[in-house]
Amino acid sequence: MRYQSFQIIRTLTLATIVTVLFSQNWIAAQTGSQAQTPNRIVTIVPAVTEMLFAVGAGPHVVGVSNFARYPQAVQRLPRVGALLNPNIERILSLGPDLAILYGSQTDAIEQLTGAGIEVLTYRHGGITDAMEVLKELGRRTGRAFEANKIVANIQAALSAITDRVSGQDRPRVLLVVGREPDTIRNLYASGGIGFLHDMIVAAGGENVFGNILKEAVQPTAEALLALQPEVIVEIQAEGMMSVRQSPRHQNVWQALSAIPAVRTGRVHLLAGNDLVVPGPRLAAGTGRLARILHPNAF
Amino acid sequence: MKVQLGTPSEYRKRSRILFMLASTALASCIVAPFIGPTPIQWDTVFDSTRPFNENIDAQIFFIARLPRALAGALVGGALASAGVVLQALLRNPLATPFTLGVSSGASLGALLVIVLGTPIAISALPVVPLASFIGALSAVCIVYGLSRYRRRGLSTTVLLLAGVTLNSLFSAIIMFVQFLADPTQTFQAVRYLMGNLNVSGYSPILWSLPLLIVASCVFAWLPRSLNLLSIGTESAASRGVDVTRTQRMAFLSASLATGAAVSLGGPIGFVGIVVPHMVRLMVGADHRVVLPASAFMGAAFLVICDVAARTLMAPQELPVGVITAMLGGPFFLWMLIRKV
Repeated sequence: MRYQSFQIIRTLTLATIVTVLFSQNWIAAQTGSQAQTPNRIVTIVPAVTEMLFAVGAGPHVVGVSNFARYPQAVQRLPRVGALLNPNIERILSLGPDLAILYGSQTDAIEQLTGAGIEVLTYRHGGITDAMEVLKELGRRTGRAFEANKIVANIQAALSAITDRVSGQDRPRVLLVVGREPDTIRNLYASGGIGFLHDMIVAAGGENVFGNILKEAVQPTAEALLALQPEVIVEIQAEGMMSVRQSPRHQNVWQALSAIPAVRTGRVHLLAGNDLVVPGPRLAAGTGRLARILHPNAF
Repeated sequence: MKVQLGTPSEYRKRSRILFMLASTALASCIVAPFIGPTPIQWDTVFDSTRPFNENIDAQIFFIARLPRALAGALVGGALASAGVVLQALLRNPLATPFTLGVSSGASLGALLVIVLGTPIAISALPVVPLASFIGALSAVCIVYGLSRYRRRGLSTTVLLLAGVTLNSLFSAIIMFVQFLADPTQTFQAVRYLMGNLNVSGYSPILWSLPLLIVASCVFAWLPRSLNLLSIGTESAASRGVDVTRTQRMAFLSASLATGAAVSLGGPIGFVGIVVPHMVRLMVGADHRVVLPASAFMGAAFLVICDVAARTLMAPQELPVGVITAMLGGPFFLWMLIRKV
């Protein structure tokens, strides 16, 4: 019984997460009718929420994800659930004319389109994909000009960072997305696709798992030792309760003291949603990463 | 009273199988650290003039591989023998170390720490194994308390029903906790439930060792009583077995072994149910042979599965729970068909 129910949770959760994390598409309209500029937008994707506010469509956003934290204005907006638990009733009650959902939320998409609401679906991708999403959102909200300007600014900021670190040696980087508290067990690192990998490259680093074409990789301890990363960066979303204090998280890595990054003390913890949300703050996050990889260039 | 292990020829056959399984377990532990995807220089590994902090090859051998093999042997041995004991205690071939709620208690403890985090830093002790052990212990206490309530003995029916119900209850709470967590934490939690022997050091092993030794000592005392118990409680009692005491010791020692194993490697499925049956197909039903043989076979089996887990998709790690079922399932079915 227990084993079966675990298997069901496993399968369901994995299926959902895998579809969301490991797919490349970005944003697509679900209904053919290109309605006029939406007035009431519900978005269950924190990255999209940030983008809408960035292009100036913020006043039209009437509902956001449970995990949306930026900008400040979202704090007082109604929450409509998240990836695994979209609250359809709540979304409908807000009377939106545009809803932006994850592509894997097929049931919710069906229900909302059935209710005559236009739905845009979103999937995570690389930096280029995020820029395309931004432009598309600009077009859909009648703010194409602003969106294009923001995209141009982000791209300029990214190339400024890349130029700044271009003369330097590219350190081998291990970017840790998550692990079991207090150990390196069940550690996940950025693989060779996705915005995190793109950020490492733009910040002048070489991703040690760059050749694995997955967004998230679970490496063995042996692989961590054998690949010899020169810098280890652990990223963490804002407001997570499992905050790992610095001395403690350094101690965890002492178990693998032969890793160059551990030996030379280049293990860093970066907390902040600019590193986990592929939105308009991508360049800021990349800048923070670049400062860690190339402290001498700044 | 001296009890013979069957006829002299059976006795020889069983000792031979026991010896063979023990050697396989030992051999797998010794050979496992030498297998891995990274080519390493053996003279560098054992070169004591190099500082360990700078010796990558030595760390791959002594940190990334050897503790995993040891943990695999301990966890595999513990789960398989706990499976044997519980199958005999409950007189149910489908019983596993996880039937009585121990592992779901452990998983709940671990998940609470993974999802909610720890407000206080407990130095020296890794929090997830500790939390899972506490979870296991609470589950054991609840089930044990229920089965003794208003009764003079220990009711195996109540034990079984309480365990199964507790499993469902804990699973529901686990799902609820996962539901509340954000997707990355949910992913971590799901991954925890597949088991992982990547202990990266010896301290978790040393922490669980005393518990496993206590459990093994009780296991050593159990087999004769279990043999009689599996015929029936009344006939066992008539032959001088203290039924309640045996049941209590069996339940507590199996739970202790399971709790220690789960806190070390997570809830690794399949070992605890299939290994005892494989062993029974080889040596018959006498617990004096089945119990040690299962411990050895469980140890060897999990060490081999873990080698597969860390090499098949290197540098990525495969969940060892996936391997145990994928390797063990077909193998067991093959044995079953061959014997029938």
